Amino acid sequence: MHSLLAPPFLHVWVYLQTQPLLGLSATLVVWEIACLVDRRAGHAALSNPTVLSIIALAILLLATHTSYTAYFNGAVYIQFLLGPATVALAVPMYANWPAIKQNFLAIMVSITAGSVVAAGSAMLIAHALGAPRVVVISLGPKSVTTPIAMGISQNLGGQPSLTAVFVMITAMIGSLAMSLVFRLGRVRDWRARGLAAGMAAHGLGTSRMLVLNQTAGAFGGLAIGLNGIVTSVMLPLLVNVLGL
Amino acid sequence: MVRALMVLLLFQLAGTIIQEAMGLPIPGAVLGLVMLLAYLIWRGGPAPHLRNTAQGLLKNLGLLFVPAGVGVVTQLQVLRQNLLAIAVAIPVSTLLGLLVTGVLMNWFTTRAGGRADA
Repeated sequence: MHSLLAPPFLHVWVYLQTQPLLGLSATLVVWEIACLVDRRAGHAALSNPTVLSIIALAILLLATHTSYTAYFNGAVYIQFLLGPATVALAVPMYANWPAIKQNFLAIMVSITAGSVVAAGSAMLIAHALGAPRVVVISLGPKSVTTPIAMGISQNLGGQPSLTAVFVMITAMIGSLAMSLVFRLGRVRDWRARGLAAGMAAHGLGTSRMLVLNQTAGAFGGLAIGLNGIVTSVMLPLLVNVLGL
Repeated sequence: MVRALMVLLLFQLAGTIIQEAMGLPIPGAVLGLVMLLAYLIWRGGPAPHLRNTAQGLLKNLGLLFVPAGVGVVTQLQVLRQNLLAIAVAIPVSTLLGLLVTGVLMNWFTTRAGGRADA
C-alpha cells in the first residue's frame, strides 16, 4: 500500500492507522453492505452478514497490509458492547420464564448433557488428533453464543478470536445439519428441536427455528442463554476431569 | 436509552467485581445476566426503556461479533496447522450435541404426555 501512495496521501494513511476512526468506519460500512447482500439473498444460511463482514474485512486487512492491532484500535468500541449485550440476554430469557419454570428439570438435564457431550467430544477429538492446548481449549465453548464463548475461552487460557471463528463454523454446520439429525434421532417435539438448535447452533440455529415454528424459536432463545450459563460452570470442571 | 445502558453496565460491573474477587472461571457478564434475570423475576418484568434497549442491542448482535472474528487474520497459521483436528472435531461434536439434547428433551416431553409435534 505504501509504495502506491503519493506523499500527501501517504501522510494521511499513516496518520489514520494510529486513529480509531478508520477501523470503526470500515466495520460499519462493511456491515451495512453485508446486511444489504443478506436481504437480497433472502436471508439464506450461507449469506450470514456476520460471516460476510468478517471475510470482507479480513481480506481488506491482508490486502492493505494493515495490522489487526491498527484495525482493532477502532473496532474495540464495537467489541466493548458485547458485555452489555450478554447481560441484555436476561430480557428475552425473562419473557420465556413461564415455559422455563414449567419444564425446568427436563430443560436443565437436556442442556447440561448436550453441552458436556459437545464440548467434551470436540476437545477430546482435537487432542487425539494432535492439536495444541490453546486450540483444544478454544474449541470447548464453541456451542455457546459468541460473547459468552469468548469470555470462557479467555478465562481458561484459550484464544478468543480462535473461539469466535469456531463458534461461527459450529453455527453454520449445526444449522445445515439439524433437520437430518432430528429425523435420524426421531426428535418430533418442537420444544426439543428448538432447545437442541439453540444449544448446539445458538443464534443461527434459533433464527432458522423461528422461521419454522414459534415455540421452537422461543425454546431456542432460552437454550442460548442457559447453555451459556451451564457451559461457563461446566467447562472448567470438564477441562480438569479430562486432564486437558 | 442512557439509563438502560447504565443498568446493563452496572450489572456487568457487579458481575465482574464478583468474578475477580472470588476468582470464578465464569465471565463477569454472565454473572451480570443471571443477576439481571433474578432482578427481573423479583420485580415482575423489565421497564420499557430497558426492554427497548436490550432488544436494540440484541437485534444487532451479529455486528458485535465482527471485530473478534476479524482476529482470524492473526490465527491463519494456527488454523492451517490444525486443519484436520478442527475439520473433524467441530462437525462430529456439533452433531452429537444436537442429538443428545434433542433426544433427551424429546423423551422428557413425550413422557410427560403433552406432545407438541404439529
